[in-house]
Amino acid sequence: MKPARKLVLAIAAVCIFLLALIAGIAALMGGGASMAAADRFSLLFLLSLGACAVAFLVVRELYGQYVRATLRLAEETGALVAHSGIRLADYGSVELRAVGRAVNLLAAARDALESDIEGRVREARASLEEERGRLAALMADLNQSVIVCNLDGRTLLYNQRALQELSSPGEGGKGELLGLGRSIYTVFDRALIAHALERLQQQKLQQDEGGESGESGTHFVTATRAGRLLRAHMSPVLSAVAETPDQPATSMITGFVLILDDITATSERDARRDALIQSLTEGGRGPLGNIRAAAETISDFADMPAEQRERFLSVIRDEAQALSKHLESAASAFSDDLRVLWPLEEMLGSELVAAAVRRIGERCSLVAKIESVDESLWLQVDSFGLLQALSFLAARLHDEYEIRDIRLALSRGGRLAQLDLMWIGTSMNSETAMNWEMDAMNTGGEASPLSVRDVVARCNGEIWFQRERASHRAFFRILLPCADAPREVVRSTAADRSGSRPEFYDFDLFRSSAGNHELDDLPLTELAFTVFDTETTGLEPSAGDEIIQIGATRIVNRRILSQESFDQLVDPQHHLSAESTRIHGITPEMLVGQPVIANVLPAFHAFCADTVLVAHNAAFDMRFLQLKEDALGIRFDQPVLDTLLLSAVIHPNQEMHRLEAISERLGVSVIGRHTALGDAIVTAEVFLKMLPLLAAMGIHTLRQAREASEKTFHARIKY
Amino acid sequence: MTKKVLIADDEPNIVISLEFLLRREGFEVVVAVDGEEALTKARAEKPDLVLLDVMMPKMNGFDVCQAIRADADLAGMRVLMLTAKGRETEVSKGLGLGADAYMTKPFSTRDLVAQVRLLLGS
Repeated sequence: MKPARKLVLAIAAVCIFLLALIAGIAALMGGGASMAAADRFSLLFLLSLGACAVAFLVVRELYGQYVRATLRLAEETGALVAHSGIRLADYGSVELRAVGRAVNLLAAARDALESDIEGRVREARASLEEERGRLAALMADLNQSVIVCNLDGRTLLYNQRALQELSSPGEGGKGELLGLGRSIYTVFDRALIAHALERLQQQKLQQDEGGESGESGTHFVTATRAGRLLRAHMSPVLSAVAETPDQPATSMITGFVLILDDITATSERDARRDALIQSLTEGGRGPLGNIRAAAETISDFADMPAEQRERFLSVIRDEAQALSKHLESAASAFSDDLRVLWPLEEMLGSELVAAAVRRIGERCSLVAKIESVDESLWLQVDSFGLLQALSFLAARLHDEYEIRDIRLALSRGGRLAQLDLMWIGTSMNSETAMNWEMDAMNTGGEASPLSVRDVVARCNGEIWFQRERASHRAFFRILLPCADAPREVVRSTAADRSGSRPEFYDFDLFRSSAGNHELDDLPLTELAFTVFDTETTGLEPSAGDEIIQIGATRIVNRRILSQESFDQLVDPQHHLSAESTRIHGITPEMLVGQPVIANVLPAFHAFCADTVLVAHNAAFDMRFLQLKEDALGIRFDQPVLDTLLLSAVIHPNQEMHRLEAISERLGVSVIGRHTALGDAIVTAEVFLKMLPLLAAMGIHTLRQAREASEKTFHARIKY
Repeated sequence: MTKKVLIADDEPNIVISLEFLLRREGFEVVVAVDGEEALTKARAEKPDLVLLDVMMPKMNGFDVCQAIRADADLAGMRVLMLTAKGRETEVSKGLGLGADAYMTKPFSTRDLVAQVRLLLGS
């Protein structure tokens, strides 16, 4: 029905109703003669009662259809705004239903949009994860250490190699110096990094001013605490800076990448080579001088008596002998270093043989097989050159003597490896073989200026040709120096650690501000925390109770870094009561051979450098730490937060602020309690849950949190 | 007048040649086998020239040379340093400390004799 018609009908209905009512009343009044006055009144009463009833029903229906339904629609629309997936039911007047349908269409459109956005976010996240995974895998594979830091020197990313190379396995220290959010300055000298950064900025400035975009990056060499020598390459991390009215779009340095090479071995070798040269030149001068002086004297003064002459001759003999000995010992002492004149790579011998077989088979149209291979042999070779040499020899055997079947063998002979290229049947004479060894290698269109001999010499090896007449076998034998099997690198990509998100990197730290701000005014969410707990022999540090375990974990960017934890038992050198064993489960036997506090505490101090300390009932633990400060010459002077006090800030009306009670209130599941590390992790989780609650109370910065803590009653407890 | 030469070297195999050569040249020769003895003999014998080896036990040639130059009684004594190390820095150091000349082993005996004659002005 059209609304206009509906209106006409409604007006008509009201009019008819009114007319009928008036007509009824008139008829009642007019036809009054035949009726008593009382009857007339009661009829009139009934009539008006009926009219009222009709009016009531009509208005109620209209109210339900237009007013109630509208309000309901409004409420449900409100709910629909808040949650996706809700639809309005079909009710009310026709018009209202039309509104409902329109709202539903709107909601559907919004839901579609939402799920689209969600999908894209998921995709973006997945691709980000994938890239991170790739990066982590790549970094894990690198032979060098890689560390990425922001301008504050905070570590954002590092690989396993870096962890291995830079950790200092000192006594009592299980904590690493390298960690996400940790300062790189605990590993490297601050001035050194600052100087390198300055050079990077300088380079950047020159490039921005239109200078040639040469290589960016700078080098320095430094020593680690463990005494290793590292060469570091530092390159800048650049971030785009948006265009502003003042200046065009550009980029600025927001951090740096350090790539480290352990050059201890190389420089040791260099030093040894220098020593060799020196011993050969300077060490030779003295004896040579003596010989020369004696020889010249004899020849210049031929008239000297025989006895005199004999003395000079014996000088010459002695000195010549001494010189020979000197030369010999130098040559043997330095032979390992002298041979590294060409960049040789270390290679598993069996791999080289397998590659040679493939290459000979492919290029020389003859059958090559492996006769025997010592799988444990590592060689130090120029593998490309050697493969060329082997296939060159095979090709000539095939071309000139129609050899179709070639065998390769690799075996160990003392300090050397023997690589044999063997065949049965006709063979050339030694002279021809020597010519082959000396000819430039030209095989399969590959021309090389080098001969087989050159290549073998490069590998510091020797080659010769040999025939066994009885068996009709002939072979070229190449003697090669062996290499040590390479040091195994523990390869642990971030991903294969308990399948959780790798924690080797945290790029969010890039947001950390530059400069040296007071921690106090930083938001709690941006601080790095060391959450720790101690187990002790008893409750009274002043009465001689001692720490027997320290456990700690770190929070950076609101994430618990479970891979970077500190967990150490401590020998208290003090009686451990059975009573306390019941609490923490640590028995005296477990403490035998553990480091003492004098060794553990400095390591813990390094572990929590530059972070805010967090503990449950921190006053207790801090007291134990502080009692040792003077004796050990360290200070735990960083800011401290106490989850017990913070709990009292958040829930002032609760009686219980024990860790279990708080955990329950905040929905943290408790596992592994009453080990120091277990409690530290629970405390860390509780602390993270507290941050939003504190924020809701207007407590955002460290200063605010400390001030609020101080106001609470518990702050007055002193141990 | 016969000139006196002090040979300070701990290696008998070079001393034998030097001694023979210088005696043949007509010099009076005194020998010291370490740095301290060299300085003592320089003071006692007052030679006209010292053939001074750098690498010697007890006191090295540089220190002996310095001591000689610091001693007013020994003014005018010529010092010819001999060394088995041919580094430029060392030569400069020797000359810087007051040596009159410097020869690196192995040297030609004729050059040495010529150098000694030159220094002694004969």
